Amino acid sequence: MSRVVHKFTRSVPTWQPRVTPVNLATATPEQLSALSVTPSNTKVSDYVLTLAHDVESLKVRSPLFNAIMYDAGGMSRAERELGAIGASMVNRCIYCAAVHADRHAKLEKDTAVTDELFTKGEKADLSPRNRAIFDFARKLSEAPVAATPEDMATLKDAGLTEEEILDLILSTALFGWANRLMHVLGDPVREEVSA
Amino acid sequence: MSLFETTALDAAGIQSGPVADAAQTRANIMQATQDAEDAVIAPLYTGAFSHDLRAALAARIAQAGGVPELAARYLARAGDMAALGDPAQTGEAQGLAHIVAFADKAANATRDIAASDISDLQAAGLGDADIVRLCELVAFTAYQLRVVAGLKLMKGAAA
Repeated sequence: MSRVVHKFTRSVPTWQPRVTPVNLATATPEQLSALSVTPSNTKVSDYVLTLAHDVESLKVRSPLFNAIMYDAGGMSRAERELGAIGASMVNRCIYCAAVHADRHAKLEKDTAVTDELFTKGEKADLSPRNRAIFDFARKLSEAPVAATPEDMATLKDAGLTEEEILDLILSTALFGWANRLMHVLGDPVREEVSA
Repeated sequence: MSLFETTALDAAGIQSGPVADAAQTRANIMQATQDAEDAVIAPLYTGAFSHDLRAALAARIAQAGGVPELAARYLARAGDMAALGDPAQTGEAQGLAHIVAFADKAANATRDIAASDISDLQAAGLGDADIVRLCELVAFTAYQLRVVAGLKLMKGAAA
C-alpha cells in the first residue's frame, strides 16, 4: 500500500500519475524520439511517459529546463534551487519541493536553509540575501503575481546583479510550469512499510 | 525572430539598457521560451484544443495573473474564442465550462488541485492525452507570464 505525502520533506517521494502514461510498447516514433529511447536506454520515468502524451511540448521543455537550472554564469546553482523551492512551496508541489530541497542541501553541503524553510515557511530565519531571494520567488509565484518594485529593490540591496536577478526570475517562473505538471497530473506517494 | 522580438521581451518592453544586456547573456533561454510558446499555443497536433482556444486560454491566464501586456498579445490570436480571454466569462456559452474552470484552478489556485479535478475531466470525456495538453498550456503560460512580470520589475528598477 502507498499513501500520499502531504508534508514538505527532503526525502523524495515516488510520483504516481493520475492519468495513464504512454506505453513504450505502443509509443509512436515521435514519442520514442522525444523520450530519447534507444535499444540501450529503455528506462523512462512515469512522469516523462505522462508528458509524452504531448510530444511537442516535451521536446522543447527539457533543453529549456536544463539551460535555466544549469547553464554557466549568473546566479549560483544553489540560489536557483531556492527560487524553485519558493515556487514549489507556494504551489504546494510536495514532489518538486523535495527534489529541489535535496539538491539545495547537497549543493550547499548543509540542510540548515531547507530545514528552516520546511519548519517555519515564510517565517524562516534566513540570511538577508536568502531572505530577499526566497521572498521574491514566493511573491512572483502567487497568482496574480504579488512581487513589487520594493521586492526588486530588496534584491538589489542584497547585492544581486542584473544577471542574477534574471536567473532568479527564470528559475522561479520555470517552477510555476513544473509545479503545474507535477502537482496537477500526479500524487507524491510513499510505500507503507508493513509490520 | 530577433531576441527582442520574442514575446516575453517584447511584452515587457525590453529593447536596450541593463535588462537587455542581461537578457543577451540568456539569449538561448529566451529563444527556447519562444519555441515552447510555438509548441504549446500553435502545435501541429492540437488534440481537443484549437489554436484559437489555446490563445484564448493563455490570454485569460495572463490577464488573471496580472500581465495584461501578455494577455493582449494572445487575445489578438484568439479568433472566435476571444470572449474566453476575459476571466469573467465561464465558458458555458461555448460548452467549455469544465475546461475553463479547470484551467483557472490549475493556473490560479494550483495548490488546491486534487485528484478529483483530473477524474472530473476524465468523466466529462476528456482523454488523458488532452488532459496533458491542457496542463502544458496552463503551465507554460504560468511560466511565461512570470518571466514577463519579472522583466517588467527589472525594467522599472533600471529606469
